[in-house]
Amino acid sequence: MSAETTPSDAFLELRDLRIHFPTDDGLVKSVDGLSFRLERGKTLGIVGESGSGKSVTSLGILGLHNRKNARVSGEIWLDGAELVSSTQEYVRGLRGKRMAMIFQDPLSAMHPYYTVGNQIIEAYRVHHRVSKAVARKHAIEMLGRVGIPNPAQRVDDYPHQFSGGMRQRAMIAMALCCDPELLIADEPTTALDVTVQAQILDLMRDLQRDFNAALIIITHDLGVVAELSDDILVMYGGKCVEYGTAENIFETPEHPYTWGLLGSMPRLDRESTERLLPIKGSPPSLINIPPGCAFHPRCSYADRTGGKGSAEVPELSEVRGGHKVRCHLPANERHAIWESEIKPVLEAQ
Amino acid sequence: MVTYLIRRLIGAVIMLLIVSMATFAIFFLVPQIAGATPEGMASRYVGRTASAEDAKIAADRLGFNDPLVVQYGRFIKGIVAGAEFDYGPGVEQCPPPCLGYSFITRQPVWPDLLDRLPVTLSLAVGAAVLWLIIGLSTGVISALRRGSVFDRAAMTLALAGVSLPIFFTGLISLLVFSYGNPFAVFAQGGHYTPITENPGEWAYNLILPWITLAFLFAAQYARLTRAGMLETMGEDYIRTARAKGLIERTVVVKHGMRGALTPIVTIFGLDFGLLVGGAVLTESTYSLPGLGKYAIDAITNNDLPKVMGVTLLSAFFVVFANLIVDLLYAVVDPRVRLS
Amino acid sequence: MNSPESAGEAAVKAPTREPLLAVTGLAKHFPVTKGLLKRQVGAVKAVDGVSFEVFKGETLGLVGESGCGKTTTGRLITRLVEPTGGSVVFEGHDITHMSQSRIRPLRRDMQMIFQDPYSSLNPRHTVGAIVGAPFRIQGIKTEHGIKKAVQELLALVGLNPEHYNRYPHEFSGGQRQRIGIARTLALKPKLIVADEPVSALDVSIQAQVVNLLEDLQNELDLTYVVIAHDLSVVRHISDRVAVMYLGKIMELADRRDLYETPRHPYTTALLSAVPIPDTRGRGSRTRVRLQGDVPSPLNPPAACRFSTRCWKADEICRTVEPPLVELAPRHQVACHFPENTPAVQPG
Ligand SMILES: Nc1ncnc2c1ncn2[C@@H]1O[C@H](COP(=O)(O)OP(=O)(O)OP(=O)(O)O)[C@@H](O)[C@H]1O
Ligand SMILES: Nc1ncnc2c1ncn2[C@@H]1O[C@H](COP(=O)(O)OP(=O)(O)OP(=O)(O)O)[C@@H](O)[C@H]1O
Ligand code: SF4
Ligand code: SF4
Ligand SMILES: [Mg+2]
Ligand SMILES: [Mg+2]
Repeated sequence: MSAETTPSDAFLELRDLRIHFPTDDGLVKSVDGLSFRLERGKTLGIVGESGSGKSVTSLGILGLHNRKNARVSGEIWLDGAELVSSTQEYVRGLRGKRMAMIFQDPLSAMHPYYTVGNQIIEAYRVHHRVSKAVARKHAIEMLGRVGIPNPAQRVDDYPHQFSGGMRQRAMIAMALCCDPELLIADEPTTALDVTVQAQILDLMRDLQRDFNAALIIITHDLGVVAELSDDILVMYGGKCVEYGTAENIFETPEHPYTWGLLGSMPRLDRESTERLLPIKGSPPSLINIPPGCAFHPRCSYADRTGGKGSAEVPELSEVRGGHKVRCHLPANERHAIWESEIKPVLEAQ
Repeated sequence: MVTYLIRRLIGAVIMLLIVSMATFAIFFLVPQIAGATPEGMASRYVGRTASAEDAKIAADRLGFNDPLVVQYGRFIKGIVAGAEFDYGPGVEQCPPPCLGYSFITRQPVWPDLLDRLPVTLSLAVGAAVLWLIIGLSTGVISALRRGSVFDRAAMTLALAGVSLPIFFTGLISLLVFSYGNPFAVFAQGGHYTPITENPGEWAYNLILPWITLAFLFAAQYARLTRAGMLETMGEDYIRTARAKGLIERTVVVKHGMRGALTPIVTIFGLDFGLLVGGAVLTESTYSLPGLGKYAIDAITNNDLPKVMGVTLLSAFFVVFANLIVDLLYAVVDPRVRLS
Repeated sequence: MNSPESAGEAAVKAPTREPLLAVTGLAKHFPVTKGLLKRQVGAVKAVDGVSFEVFKGETLGLVGESGCGKTTTGRLITRLVEPTGGSVVFEGHDITHMSQSRIRPLRRDMQMIFQDPYSSLNPRHTVGAIVGAPFRIQGIKTEHGIKKAVQELLALVGLNPEHYNRYPHEFSGGQRQRIGIARTLALKPKLIVADEPVSALDVSIQAQVVNLLEDLQNELDLTYVVIAHDLSVVRHISDRVAVMYLGKIMELADRRDLYETPRHPYTTALLSAVPIPDTRGRGSRTRVRLQGDVPSPLNPPAACRFSTRCWKADEICRTVEPPLVELAPRHQVACHFPENTPAVQPG
C-alpha cells in the first residue's frame, strides 16, 4: 500500500484488489482490479459464471485465500482499517467476529466429528471469554433464531443428522453467532432444493434486517441476486464488467455480457420463447484472458467498436448515478442497443 | 450403541469360528487330501520307529478315521474343555484351552504360547509407541510444510523405511550398535528380561528390536499421516474453522488432525493385532524368544500342532484387534455410531 | 398476452395417438440391508407406481426436488435398472423384463444423456472413438466409414469435425456435453432420455445446449424425456410436464396448463419458490413457503406423501391416498383438495 492512500469512509471498500496465483501453466489472474463500496445494512450481489473469480474475492476479503502462492495487491478497507497490509493475526481476530462467511455445501463445510452445537460454541468462544455453558446457551438461542425446531435437543446432533436445509441454517447460525458486521455468503443455496432455497433466502433477508450487517451474496443465479440485492456487481474474467443498483442491472443493463446472461435464462415470469439467446463460446481460462476486453471473443457487438475490443482494456466508467460499465461502446449507443435490440426480444417473449 | 456392540461381538465370534475351520482344514484336511493317510499322521505322534500296526491303532485312538465333522467337533471341544491324547504308549492330558499337543516335546502347546506371549507383547507395545510418536509427528509436520527440506528428507527416509526389509535394517543396526564396535551401546540379540524382574534391563534389551521394527512402521505411518493431513487440510471444514477466526494451531490439531488420524486408528489396530501374533522377522533377527520365533522353530521342526497353535492365537489377535478397532471407530466417528 | 405460440405448438408437435413409450405403475424399490447377513430391513421406494405416456415427437419433462426418483425413472425407462413392478412398453414391445440380450437391438432406439459432462466421457479415448463407439458396439456399417459418420455427427452438434482426434479434457463443459449428445445421436435413436443435461453447465452454456436439443428434435424428429430440477428449463423445453414428489407423480399436464394453472399444492409451492431475475414486483409476488425438507424416501408419509408439508392437509390426506385423476382435459392431479379447481364442478 502506498503511503498516500486515504482511509476509506465506507464500511467496506475494495480498491483495485488483485489476487494472482503463479502456477506452472502461467499466472492465474483470479481477481484483477476489483473495486466497490458497501455500507452496513446493504446487500451486494456478485454474479458471474464459474471461474470468474467470485470465490477468490470473498476468500480474499476474509484473508482466507491460499497465502502460500497468492500475490495480493490493492486495498481492502473494513470500517477504517486496511486489511491487505495488516498482519495475519489482526485479520484472524476480525474473522468470525466482525466478518463471517457462509459456504456453498453445508455438509462438507462442517466438521463431521463434532456436534453442531460444539462447532457453534467454538465459534463463539474464540472471540468471547465465556464458559462453555454460557456459550451453549447462546448456541441454542442462535439455532432457534435461524428456525431450527427443538434447538435445545438438536444442538447435540451431528451435522449428518441434519437435513440439507437445516445444515445451512446451522451454518448461518454459526456465522452470525458473534454478531458480525459483514457477512459473505458464497453460493449459499446452490446445493439446496428450490423450496429450501426459498426458505433460506427468506431467512437471510430477515436476519440481515435484524442484524443490520453488510451482506455480500455470491451466486451464478440472477434470480437469487434479484431476490436479495440492493446493488449488483457482474464479474467476468476476474474483473467487474458492470456495477449498479439491482434496478440498473435488471431494467437498463448496459454491458453485452449482462445482456447475454439475461438472454440465456429461461424465465418463469414470462412467456417461454421459441429460442433462448445464448452467449457464444465459453468463459475464458483465467491463465489466458483474451487481450483487450476479455469478453470480445464472445461479444456480438465487438465489431461496432472498430477492433478496439481486442486491443484495449475498456475502463469501468460511470454511466449515471453509480451505474458503471466496462465497455468501449459509447453510452448512448449501448442504451440504444438495449432499448431497440435486446429489451424487445427479451420482453416480447 | 449397545446393539452395535452386540452386532460386532457376534461378528467376531463368527469370524473366530471361520478361522478355526480354516485352520482345521489346513492342518487336518489338506494333508489328507494331499494323500496323507490317517496312519501316516498318527505315526508322527507315536514316533517314526513305531510299527505300522501301532500307527494304525494310534490313528484309531486319535480319531483320524472318524468323519470330518466329528474330528472338527473334537478339535473345538479341545479348545473349550480340554482333551486327552491317547496315542498308544500313554495318555497325555491337554487342559483347556487345548490348542494342540506337540508330538515332539510331548507337551501341550498352550503353556508354551503363554510363556512366549510377554516377549512379543513387549516388543510390539514398545515399538508401537515409538512408531506412533515418530510416524504421526513426522507425517503431520511434513504435510504442513509440504515441499520443505524437512518434508523431502523425511519422505526420502520413509521411502527407504518402507522398502528396506527388516532383516536388513535389523542386521545393519546390530552391526553398528552391537557386536563390539565403538557404538556398541545396546545389547546384542537373544536376551530378554521380563519387565517384572528388571524394567531397566527389559527396555535395554529391547531397544534395538524396537527401533528396527518401529522404523518400518514409522515410515509407513509417516506417509499415511502426511497423505491424510494433506487431504484433510484441503477440506471445506478446515476453511470454515479458519473463517471462525480460530488460531492456526487449533485449526491443525482440533480440526485437521482429528479428521486425518481417524482412519489411521483402523490401520493401527490391524497392524498391532498382526504383530502381537508374532513379529516373525524381528524376533528371529534378534533371536528373541517370542511367538514369532516359536512359530519359525516349530516350522523348522515340522511340529504341526505348535504351528497350528500359533496360527490360531494370531488369528484370534487379529479378530480381536478388528473388534477393538470397530468399537474405537464408533467412538471417534459419530457417523458410524449413529447409522 | 395471447400468444400465437400455443396454436403453433399444437400444430407442429401434434402427437400421433400411438404412444412411443407407455409406462404403467412403474416401481423401483431399492432394498436396504443391515448387518452381516444383509437382512433386508426396508426399502427405498425410489419410484413407486408411476404411469405416463410419451408420444412421438414430443418432449416430456420430469421435475422434482432432489431424491424424488427422477433419475431412477429415467434409468427404468431405458432399462438400465430392473423394475420392481409395473411395465414399460416401448414401440409396442413390453421391455419390462426383457433380457439384456433381447434388449440390445432396442437400445439403438433409446439413448440416455447424462448430467455430468466430465465423468461420462472416457478421458483416454479420443472424441472420434467416443462418438464412434456405438457403431462399433452395435456392429453397424456406415456408408462412408465410421470416421465420416462421426464427423457428420460432430458438425450436427456444432463441434468442429476437425476435433476428431482430440481428447475430452481439451474441451469445455458445454463442448463435452455436445460430445455426449453426438454419441447418443450416433444410432439415430427414437427416444432420448436426458438426465439433467444442462445442470452442470454455466448459464450461458446451458442456453446453447437447450437450443441444440430443440434444433435436433426438429431436424431429426426426436422424442425426449427431459429430467431436470430447474423448473424454468423444463418449462422452456417441454410440451408436457410431470411433477414428481417422493417417487410419485403429483401432477401431469400440458406445459401451459401446468405453469399457468397448477392444481397440485406442491406444484404451486415449487413455482412460487423459484426466484425471478427481475426487480419489478419485488416483494409483491405472492409466495407460498413450504416448511421443512423433503421427508426420507425410506419412510415416506402415509397416504398423500406431501401431507407433512402441505398447508391444505386434512385428516383424509393422511389416511386416503389421492389417486392421479384427470381433473381437466389432459391434466392429471393427485390431490384431495386441488388448487385452481372449483370445489363443485360447474354446470
Ligand atoms: N490457489 C489457487 N491457485 C491457482 N489458481 C486458483 C487458486 N484458487 C483459485 N484459482 C483459480 O481462480 C479462478 C477463479 O476461481 P473462483 O473459485 O473464484 O471462481 P468462482 O467465480 O467462484 O467460480 P464458481 O462459480 O465455479 O465457484 C479459477 O480459475 C481457479 O482455478
Ligand atoms: N442404487 C441405489 N440404491 C439405493 N438407493 C438408491 C439407488 N439409486 C437411488 N437411490 C435412492 O432412490 C431415491 C431416488 O433417487 P434418484 O437418483 O432417482 O433421485 P433424483 O430425483 O434423480 O434426485 P437428484 O435430483 O438428486 O438427482 C433417492 O433417495 C436415492 O437415495
Ligand atoms: S468492449 Fe467491445 S467486446 Fe467488450 S463488451 Fe464492449 S462491445 Fe463487447
Ligand atoms: S391430498 Fe391433501 S395433503 Fe396431499 S397435496 Fe392434496 S391437499 Fe395437500
Ligand atoms: Mg465459487
Ligand atoms: Mg438425478
